[in-house]
Amino acid sequence: MSKAVSVLNGARYSGLAKVEDAGLQGMITLRGDLGSAALKAAVKAATGAGVPAQGAISVAENGAAAWMSPDELLLLVPYEDAVAKTAEVAEALKGEHALAVNVSDARAFFRLSGEGAREVLGKVSPVDFDAAAFTPGQFRRSRLAQVAGAYWLNEDGSFCIVCFRSVGEYVFKLLSAAAHPQSKVGVY
Amino acid sequence: MLILECPYCGVKAEETELAAGGEAHLKRFGPGSSDDAFHDYLFMRENPKGVHFERWRHANGCGKWFHAARCTMTLEVFGTYSAQTTEPPQELQEKISAKRPGWTWREFSDGQK
Repeated sequence: MSKAVSVLNGARYSGLAKVEDAGLQGMITLRGDLGSAALKAAVKAATGAGVPAQGAISVAENGAAAWMSPDELLLLVPYEDAVAKTAEVAEALKGEHALAVNVSDARAFFRLSGEGAREVLGKVSPVDFDAAAFTPGQFRRSRLAQVAGAYWLNEDGSFCIVCFRSVGEYVFKLLSAAAHPQSKVGVY
Repeated sequence: MLILECPYCGVKAEETELAAGGEAHLKRFGPGSSDDAFHDYLFMRENPKGVHFERWRHANGCGKWFHAARCTMTLEVFGTYSAQTTEPPQELQEKISAKRPGWTWREFSDGQK
């Protein structure tokens, strides 16, 4: 098999905040009844994390589960394990009304860190990034300028950003432009 | 700027995250119905000054359809509610009645139904 490469192969930009292509990340889209015991067990087995609350992400040592909609989760697992974990989840949910799909190669994954991270994201997304309004562990699907994206805030104040791979370059350039050193607004 | 709270994910989404889906609670008249009923179903829409019910989709978000009740004149939002219903919830209708006595919209109005 050919060597897997992330969308911008580790590109980075440093300005008001640091924008990095965060590399390959295993991602599994899981749809089903989030309240069912079988699904909860399958999520726990695959990621080590529990089913997150509405609008949140639950992070474990080697994986995470993010709340996408009332019937959808995004499971984050190591890239190498994504295929096997998808099969495991599908097997565990046999007979349930649920579907697990490995979407790792359909997504791009970025990290936005540094002092200006809130400000940079606030320029491109219609969301309140005030420290009181957007807290670590919160997960939000929204838009990044013209394209759909999702992000969450880590404990260290950095954001992880997920978008479709097809618009990965757009998002990177967008965030880089928003992080231009002379473009500080100073809201957050 | 219109800000609606998505009833499915609890997010206060602003207009650019949403897609407008036209009038709410349309009853479909398809094959077998009269030409007049089909015509009205296709073309006749409410265009009120005041209380209005609409469908919206949280397109840049959870992707779910929902309903919203708002005032077209002041842009006041009375509330949002699930898409899995054929009429606005009773409590929302009462809330609108308190704010806009005498309102009427299609078969719904202040005081009854």
